[in-house]
This record gives sequence, C-alpha cells and structure tokens, in this order.
Amino acid sequence: MKSIGFIVNPIAGMGGRVGLKGTDGLAEEARQRGALPLAPARGQKGLIPLRNFESELQIFTPAKEMGEAEAKREGFAPTVIGRHTTGETGAADTRYAAKEMVQQGVELILFAGGDGTARDIYSAIGEKVPVIGIPAGVKIHSPVFAQTAQKAGELAKLFLAGQLHHFDLAEVLDIDEEAYRNGQVKTRLHGYLNVPVERLRMQNRKSGTPLTEKVSQNSIALDIIDNMAKGVMYLVGPGSTTRPIMENLGLPCTLLGVDLVMDGQLIAADATEKTILKATKQRNFKIIVTPIGGQGYIFGRGNHQLSHRVLRLAGKENIIVIATREKLIRLRGEPLLVDTGDISVDQMLGGYIRVTTGYKQQMITRVR
Amino acid sequence: MKRIDRSDKVRNGFHQAKWDEPIIFELSRKGERGIQVPRAEEEISARVGDGISAIPTGMKRRVPPLLPEISQPGVLRHFMRLSQETLGADVNIEIGQGTCTVKYSPKINDALARLPGMTALHPSQAEETVQGILEIIYKTDCIMREISGLDSFTFQPGSGSQGILTMASIIEKYFEEKGESEQRNEIITTLFSHPSDSAAPAVKGYKIIHILPDENGYPDFEAFKLAVSEKTAAFIVANPEDTGVYNPRVREFTALVHKKGGLCGYDQANANGLLGVTRAADAGFDMCFFNLHKTFSTPHGCGGPACGATGVTAKLVKYLPGPLVEQRGDKFVLNNTTTYDPVSVGKVRSFLGVAPVVLKAYSWIMSMGAEGLYEVAKVAVLNNNYMYKKLMEIECVDAPYIIGKQRIEQVRYTLEKMTSDTGITTGDIQRRMMDFGMHYWSSHHPFHVAEPMTLEPTETPSKEDLDEYIATLTQVFKEAYENPEIIRSAPNKSVCHRVDDSGVDDPRQWCITWRSYLKKTRPN
Amino acid sequence: MAINGFKNHPYIPNSVPEVQQQMLAELGLESLEDLHAEVPEALKLKDNMSLPKAIPSEFELRKHVEKLLAKNSNCTENLNFLGAGCWQHYVPAICDEINSRGEFLTAYGGEMYNDFGRFQALFEYQSMMAELLDMDVVNVPTMDWAQAAATSLRMASRITDRKEFLIPELMDLEKFLIMKNYCGPDITLIRVGHDAASGQLDLEDLRSKLTPDTAGIYFENPSFLGFIEQQGKAIAEMVHAVGGLSVVGVDPSSLGVLAPPSSYGADIVCGDLQPLGMHMNYGGGQAGFIATPDEEKFVMEFPSRLFGIVPTRVEGEYGFDDIAYDRTSFGHHREHGKEYVGTQAALWGITAGVYLATMGPAGMKELGQTILQKNQYAIAEIDQIAGVRGSRFTSQGFKEFVVDFNDTGKSVAEINKRLLGNKIFGGKDLSRDFPTLGQCALFCVTEIHTREEIDSLVQAITRIVCS
Repeated sequence: MKSIGFIVNPIAGMGGRVGLKGTDGLAEEARQRGALPLAPARGQKGLIPLRNFESELQIFTPAKEMGEAEAKREGFAPTVIGRHTTGETGAADTRYAAKEMVQQGVELILFAGGDGTARDIYSAIGEKVPVIGIPAGVKIHSPVFAQTAQKAGELAKLFLAGQLHHFDLAEVLDIDEEAYRNGQVKTRLHGYLNVPVERLRMQNRKSGTPLTEKVSQNSIALDIIDNMAKGVMYLVGPGSTTRPIMENLGLPCTLLGVDLVMDGQLIAADATEKTILKATKQRNFKIIVTPIGGQGYIFGRGNHQLSHRVLRLAGKENIIVIATREKLIRLRGEPLLVDTGDISVDQMLGGYIRVTTGYKQQMITRVR
Repeated sequence: MKRIDRSDKVRNGFHQAKWDEPIIFELSRKGERGIQVPRAEEEISARVGDGISAIPTGMKRRVPPLLPEISQPGVLRHFMRLSQETLGADVNIEIGQGTCTVKYSPKINDALARLPGMTALHPSQAEETVQGILEIIYKTDCIMREISGLDSFTFQPGSGSQGILTMASIIEKYFEEKGESEQRNEIITTLFSHPSDSAAPAVKGYKIIHILPDENGYPDFEAFKLAVSEKTAAFIVANPEDTGVYNPRVREFTALVHKKGGLCGYDQANANGLLGVTRAADAGFDMCFFNLHKTFSTPHGCGGPACGATGVTAKLVKYLPGPLVEQRGDKFVLNNTTTYDPVSVGKVRSFLGVAPVVLKAYSWIMSMGAEGLYEVAKVAVLNNNYMYKKLMEIECVDAPYIIGKQRIEQVRYTLEKMTSDTGITTGDIQRRMMDFGMHYWSSHHPFHVAEPMTLEPTETPSKEDLDEYIATLTQVFKEAYENPEIIRSAPNKSVCHRVDDSGVDDPRQWCITWRSYLKKTRPN
Repeated sequence: MAINGFKNHPYIPNSVPEVQQQMLAELGLESLEDLHAEVPEALKLKDNMSLPKAIPSEFELRKHVEKLLAKNSNCTENLNFLGAGCWQHYVPAICDEINSRGEFLTAYGGEMYNDFGRFQALFEYQSMMAELLDMDVVNVPTMDWAQAAATSLRMASRITDRKEFLIPELMDLEKFLIMKNYCGPDITLIRVGHDAASGQLDLEDLRSKLTPDTAGIYFENPSFLGFIEQQGKAIAEMVHAVGGLSVVGVDPSSLGVLAPPSSYGADIVCGDLQPLGMHMNYGGGQAGFIATPDEEKFVMEFPSRLFGIVPTRVEGEYGFDDIAYDRTSFGHHREHGKEYVGTQAALWGITAGVYLATMGPAGMKELGQTILQKNQYAIAEIDQIAGVRGSRFTSQGFKEFVVDFNDTGKSVAEINKRLLGNKIFGGKDLSRDFPTLGQCALFCVTEIHTREEIDSLVQAITRIVCS
C-alpha cells in the first residue's frame, strides 16, 4: 500500500485573472472582482494519472475543497485528516495538513497552488518528504512545480512505481506581492523542497556520461576548494549549489544566508551586510554565488546581504559564479542577471563572466 | 485484376523481424560442438606429452569455462537471427543519426578488405613484405593532406574521440617542450561541439572552458575574447557545429588563439558537407581529425573498429605518434623516429591502427576523386537544406538560430511546440519512428536546444527517400496531436517493447552478464 | 578553372542533374554553387582539389586495389611465426559470415528497440567472456589491449584514489608507450624488475616499491615474452596488503587450460580479443576487454558501455539496456569522471562472441592444449640446434617463447632476412626494445602450425646458423 498526501489551495490563482498579481491575503477581494476558483480543477487533473493505482493507494487530504472533494470526484476514497474547516481556508490549514501528512508517513505530497502555497509547505515540512507541485497559482516562479497538472500526476505515478531515484532540492521562491503591486519585483528565496526528478533515458548513449545534478554540484565544490587561497576570505552565498562547498569543508551551512570562510574555518554564519562589511575590511575576499534557479539572478534576489557596497569593494574579478551546466542551460540563452539597486555596480558586473560548472570546467556567460 | 494501391509514402505495414531468440546459453546441449580444433600430431604428443602437465602448479584451469555447447548450424542460426533484429544502415534510410554521418558503405570496399592480402598481414612483418598496405596508407595520408591543407597524418587513433585525445596529447607535448605546460592548462571549446571535444582533453587534466552560442547560434566571440589568454593551451572546435551552423568568423577565432600562443584543433566529424569546399589549414587550424568511418564511408560496425585520422601542420609532425609511413624512392618505409622520441606522444594505439578501415576509405576516395568528393559535399548540403525547408513548413517544427540562412550538412531542430501542445517528447518520437523502420536520434545531452531532433541526410538518400522520411515524420507529428497514445505505447513494431529500466542503476538488480542474471533472479 | 562535380555517381542518387535542378528550385537557388552561402568566399577553394583521378567503374577499382594488395606477401603464402600482440589463429568461417552481415556491419547508434540484435549479441559476448574469465562484469570492447590496460589503470587509480602504478619491466614497449600517454600526466608508472633466468617478477623489488601511494600493479599472463607468471597469488597478496589493486592482462586463448586471473586474486582483468576470431588485419583486428567483479565500486568506474538484460512491458520478452549509464564516480575524487566513450571496436566483440559460442568449453580446452604441445615441441626442436636456445627463460610458456641466438654470432635481423628467403616470417626481433637480451627473437606457435611447418622452421634456422 502506497500513501501520498494531496493538498489543494482552493484560492490559489484567483487573483491572476482579476489583475491582482497574487492572491495572498486578498481572496475576498478577488471574489468580489468576480474571480472563480481555478485550483480545484487543476488539482483534480493532477490525480488522473494515478487512477490505475487506486486500489493500492491511500490518499491523505484535508477536507472539502482542499483535496477531499477533488479526490472523490476522481473516484478515490481519501482519508481526511485534520480539522474540519469551515469557511475561508488559509495558509495555516496548508501548513497543518502538510505536517500531519509527514506524521502519517506519506511517501510524497502532491499539492496544487502557487509560490505562496509552496512556501507554506516548505515552512511546515522543509526537506522531509518529497513534493510535486501542480501549477495552479498566479505566481509559479519556484521550480518545484511540474510543467502542467497532467505532468505532475505522471511524475507522481512514476515515483510511486519506484521508477524515480533522483531528487533535486528545488528553490521555493516568492515575490513580495505588496512590493510587486507597487511595481517592484523583489524575489525572495525562502528555502528548498525535495523534488523527485525524471531523467531522460531515451537519449543517445554515445555521448559521455552526464553527471547528476548532485554529483555536478559536488565536483564544482571540489574545484572551488582546491583553488581556495590562504588568507583570503570567502563569502559563500546561499543556495543548494554552494552547500556542497561547506559540506566538503566540514562546516555548517546556512542554506539561505551568507557564510564567511577563511583558511577552512567558519568566520561567521548567516552574516548580515554589516557583518560582511566589517569582516572584509582591508582584507582580500572573494564572493561565491550561484544563480537563483530559473531566473538567472546572481545578485539582487535572495542574497541582499551581498549588497552593492560589498560588491563594489570586491570588484568583478573577485566574484566566483558557480552553476551546473544543466542549470545554465535551463536559462535558454538568457544572460545572468544582476539587480543590486546601484546602477554603477550593475554596470561593473555586466558583460561576460566565467562560471565554474564542474571540476576544471567553466562556461563563459553573459551578465546583464 | 485490380491495381494495388501503394501510393502512400509511409510504410504503415512495416514490422521489424522478431525472433524471440533465446539467450545463447539457453541453446546449450551437453556434448554439442560448433567446430573441431586442429590437434597436435601424434609425433608431437609422443615427444612432449599432453602439454597440460607442464603447466606450473596452481596455474592450471580447474573448472572448464561454462561456455554454451552448440552445434554449428545452431550457432549460425542464432546470430543470423540477431543480425536480422538489427537496423543497420544497409536496410534503412539513415537520416536520423545527426552528427554521426552514416552514409552508404559500398560493398566492394568490404570485399577488398576481406582479401588475404589484407586480412592475413601481421603488423610486424618486414617492410618489404607489406609494400602494398604501406602504399595505401601513404597515399591516403597524401589525400588527407590535400583535403585538409595540413602536412602529415597518423591513422592510429581508433575513433574520433581518440583523435581528440591524440590532439590533446600533441598539445600537451608541444607545451611541455616549450616549458609552458604549467601555465597553459586551459582548453576552450564550444557548447555545440561534440561532447568528446571536452571529455577527451579532460583525461589529460586540462581545464575546459565552454563558449555558449550567441543569439544567432555562432560561438559568442565576445565571450571567446574573455576566454582566450596566456593560459590557453588550445581551442578545439567543430565547424559547422552540431547545429549545422557554420561559423563564418572562424579565422578570427583561430587568429586570436595564435596571437596568445595557443594551438587550434579542428573536430572534423562534421566535414561531410565541406569536402573540396573549404579546408582546415585555410581556416587557421594546426590540427584536425577526420572520422574515416563517417565521412569516408567505411562502415560503423555497431561502433567500431574505426579510424580517427589525425593530421597536423609541419611544426607539429615531431609530436605525432609513430611510426609514420614515408616514401623513399619507390619504397615505402616505417619511420619510427617519433615513436621513440620522448618529445613526441609516442603511441596511442597498437601497431598502425585499423588498416582495413584505411583501405576501405582509400578505395572509396578512389571511386570519387576530387570531383566526387565535391559532389558529396554539395549533395549532402543540398539534401539537408531541402529537408530543412520542407520540415520548417510543419507547424510544430522549428530550428533555432540563423533563420532564413543555409545550414551545412545537418540541422538540430526543436520540437518544443509539439511537446508543450501535446506532452509528446522527442524521445517519444524516436520510439514511434521505429514503427516505420526509421532510425531517429534526439541529440547529445544536455539539451541546450529543447526537445531536439538532429537530422543529417548525407549524400546517400535520394529525393524520394528524403520525401519518405519527411512524410513519415509528418504523420507522426500529426499523431502527436490526434492520437498520442499510439506514440506513448511505441515501439509497437520493433523487436521488443518498452523496457523496464527500473533496475539499471541499482547494483542489486543490474545484470551485466548471464551469470549475474542467474544469480540475481529467481526461477518462476 | 572552375570546380566540377561528378554527375550520375552510383553512390549518390541526387547527383542526377535534373533532380538537383528540381531540388534547387524548391530552395529558390540556381546552382549548386549557391549552396555553402555561409562559408566566406575567402575560405573557399577555387579549384578542384589535386587528387588522383576517380576510378569510375567498380571493376577497375577492384583491379586497382587488388594490384596494390598483391604487393604484400601475406601469412597464408608464407609461414608466419610472428606474435607479440597480434597472433595468427584459425578464424572459423562462421565468424566472418556473421561480421560480414550488412545489418551488423553498418549499424551504429540505434536504441535497444531497433538495434536489439546488436544489444543481445554484445550482452552475450560480455556473458561468454565472463565465463571464460570467471568474472561477473565485462564491458563492450574498447580499442585494444593497450587501451584496456590503460583504462584499467585509470579505473584502479580512481578506486584507490592513488597515483602510482607498478608495471613489469619486461613488457611490450609499444603498449607501455600507449599506457604512459593515456595515464599521463597524473599517474606515474614504476617498473619492477625480474629474475634473469626465469623472467618471473622479482618479488623483493616489488616489495621495495610498494608504498601507501601504490594504486596497484599491472602484469600479464602469459607475459609479453611468452612465459607464465606463476606468482600471481603472492603478487596480489602483497599489493592488497598496501591497499592497492591487482590488474592482470591476459591472453583469452589461454584460458581453456590456464587458470583465470580471478583465481589468483586479480581485481581487474584486461586483454585483447583478437585471438578470438579476428584476422590479423595488419593489426586492425585488435579489441580490448575489461572485466571486474560485480561490485558498485568497480562498475561505477567503467568508462565503457555495459549492456544488461532487463524485462520489458511484455511478459516473457527479453530486453536490454545500458547499465548504470549515469556513472558518476560519486564525485568523490577530483577527476572529471570517466574518461570518454565513443566508437571503439564493437564488431569485434560480436565476432568474439560467435567464436566462443562456436568453440564451447571443449574447443577452448583443446585449443589451449594443442598450442601448449606445439610450443613445447617447437622449443625442444629449436633447442637442438647448435648455438641456439629454444627458450631463453626457464619458466613454462604458452604460445610464445624467446629464442636466444646470441651464441650463433648472427643477428636476429640477419637470420630473419634469410628466413624470409625461405618464405618464413621469423620471430619478432627483440634487440631494440630489450637490449639486455642481446640477439633474441619472440616466436609464436599456435594451433595453425603443423609439425611439418615447425620442422621446416627448425631446418631453416639450422641451415642459417650453421652456414
């Protein structure tokens, strides 16, 4: 018997069609503007590929439109967990359900929503259980979502059939909706969810052996460590790509923050801009960053500690960009982006930059 | 009698041979044998005994190998059936293996290579007893020099990849002699060059720098300028790249590398569209290799034996692996100077490489002459651009870069629109094309062009063949929109159905040999 | 001058001018010259290349090439005793029949669905080699023995994360050069001495060269100079004691009678397939194999393809697939990974499979026995010749032996030259590559040599050295 969790954020996506750029905290207004719920239908579609499993599949789901109703419409007999919600559902319900599902020992959580929903799930369960997102929100920036609802379901099916053995830590990104409504884009990196990935097996086997994402990240880390100089301070930026550097050095890692390392020692963890400016005073230092998945921002998204002041002090030659080949290729020829809030620093960083993509492997990429 | 309607170009009735052939061990019957071995004469046995008793203690085999015991007709039938279950280029319109140039391999060349004057030559025979094969190797060298504009070739490398390794080894030796090996540790290549252009030099410890394409698909020259420095050992690149896009500024690239003291190596795996049109030396390359099994028609043999003929300019000859074949008067001799000179690469493959492949390439070239090679290049490019035009008329097919311009000998298309419309991927199309007896390959990983399809028609197919391939693709794309299930379930008419690959990465489940399979599986 | 093409060429259907015009019209072009618009004029040739004129008819082409090949003297018209890495064995007709099949000969990069036969034949090849070698994993063939050995060393170096390899000083110089080039610059090859009389590896010298940086030792059985290295077990124990691996190169034609290296502690076994059904082809019949135990740490280090048997969606149907295709080295060492994979020598793998299936266990044993007997006979007979030693080394051999001519006062070059006058290809002259041996030659006798032929060699040498 396999068990999965299924969560639908029924209000996800409602803000989009009525020009609200997100529905966080605005469900009521969206409804007043005439928005109809989208997520339930999308969520339901995500269950279709699982139909064949029904006899051997136990689905845990919150009540009513948060999953129970959709599962039943698809012919499943789900086990309802948690509180009986009446009226408006909210972030707290998602978080509660996700936590409860982990308690129940589900193998996978399939959820329908947007970046906001992914954030809620992340804050509840972190990397504990693999998840697959069914895209149903206005904002789908986080690479935790499958391309379509159908694809999400097919991926879940493969996972349950034991055919997916590889996982990626995918970023949970969200923009600040309040700022966005005022015309500013401020993406924040909130954390990482564990996402099963399907490898393409129908490739021609003539080419060399492509490394998995995880191994590529590790080989990047080895390259960086082998080239670390004595007496130089390294500012290790956030991200799952930078994490293996800290792991290989045997140091604790702040996944979402900047760690300061020198001569193999941790100087400061999760440093603020102030700490960084103080620590790097009259000292050689280098910054190690990785683009935020999908968008290609190396500065200005998710790493505000590495401010334009810090970057100006460092200079372009002391910035080490790392990314796996696959991550760069997913940018589809678009340049890496910087948005430090200071035009002259942005200009300094523009042009071309070497990106370390593996042990003794680099790519030269455009920066804008 | 009613006329039978065969107007449809698509082979809907195709089915590949399927024999449900057992694994060879299952055909074993105790006591059967496939051949008698010549035995020692009685006088010999009388003189030395059974031979086996002389084997030192502990070195005698105790348990005989568990090889199958099968009569000769049984062995023959088994392998004939397996051959029928293989879609060689002799039996299909081979267009789908882009970047690998699979063309017609004339039967006469194989017949010649099977003569005892070739097969029964030992590589250590005295020079005067192998004048024929040395002459063939020497003449092929001269022909390759003319085709490339370079000065000397070795035929030792057994593949394109080994040709690249040989170039990387020459680069290593060149800078070692100059005392610059510490300093020059970077090799630059491009994303759309063959993956071996980075993988083979990496074996030699080089740092590899990849140049991404610019918006037109050319290697980004601005990025290249940042990459080239005093650390650059060499630039190794294909042109046209695997997209079929020819970089017209190639001479600026090689000039920049030379200015900084580096070398330039040309991956000529994609040379088929350039024979007699343009040459490696003219574009500023110091080295190149040709795949004789691709461009020069000697067959691929399921993946070898093959030859990656590697050529260099005069200043690099002393680094070539030895021996080299030279002409002295009317004699052909083996010059072993470079073999034993520590300044050179020494050797990269036993003896002189795969001589029968050189023989077949020579014979093919002799059937062509300069006018034939030029015709090959022109028709390969004509076929490719004809196909390109026809396929671009299909709504779900696109090809990024240099829109409206010609490609050389192949095109990397994208089926991204079809995939986003229908969920059918290029991998699905690959399996479905097999249902029509067609070979189709997606392309090298990672997919920089989304949902890629790389087609290289070469000069071999006729216009009708091209039309048939296009018609078949068109039908399959239509199915993607109208009847995707038939694609998802494909192949339906191949030798086997979709494999269950769930165990192939699991050491407890993978079975690389029959004995492993017997250990790891339980009988029903 | 202008450039001309070759119209109506039999290999180029679309070289028919009318078809070309039709296709050009579709493209909105006028002539073939309008193609290659992307190649700058400055880079274009203005005249046809200067090549020999085409030989238009197949008949004349055949004559031309046959005439060139007729300038060779081959080993069917002469009596050949050359070995040294390429050996004359009998090639069963069935081997040529199968590897001449157009389906196999012209296949390449298809998937397991349309190239099913290729996958099955290579899986069966791996499986039969595994039985012969008594090891559970064998790869799809690589270039040749030297490449297989070089790759085995790199694999062992990755597994142990060490960079020193011990090799016997008595080994093929050409193979050594190939291994040195492939293993450089990071792996150092250190030579181990031998016992002058027997040729056996000097274990004291070996002991003195083992260090905590020793990735392993490579040696061959039979050795390059023909004798059986009988200390395999002791060598493996010594190298294992310092955490290194034992890599053994082996002649597969010996394994019907000789113990497989796995029985004396080999961790990786490699060698050449050429004796198993490949013609000598002037050295073009070589193909390398590598075998290891079925353990993750070994399997994950192969750069080669490994075909495995798998189920399909249909009950009762065999399927095949690449095993552990995403071989990763687990990223634990500082090496980009797995060397590279590309075209190698697959057709010879299929052929070796046909050979082993045809020979079976009885055939392989009889082959080994026949070779041993004929070698022992040849050595004994040559030993009778005054001033000639049939075998320089006292150790027992398999199919090759070093004949010592030092006491004849004649050089091997001179003797071989005169043998050639008798239509005999004498053994490989070792005087250049093994100067300490003086005037010695490596002779090879296999199942194809009759008593009469061996006798005629003996008579010829007798005549030459006594004259």
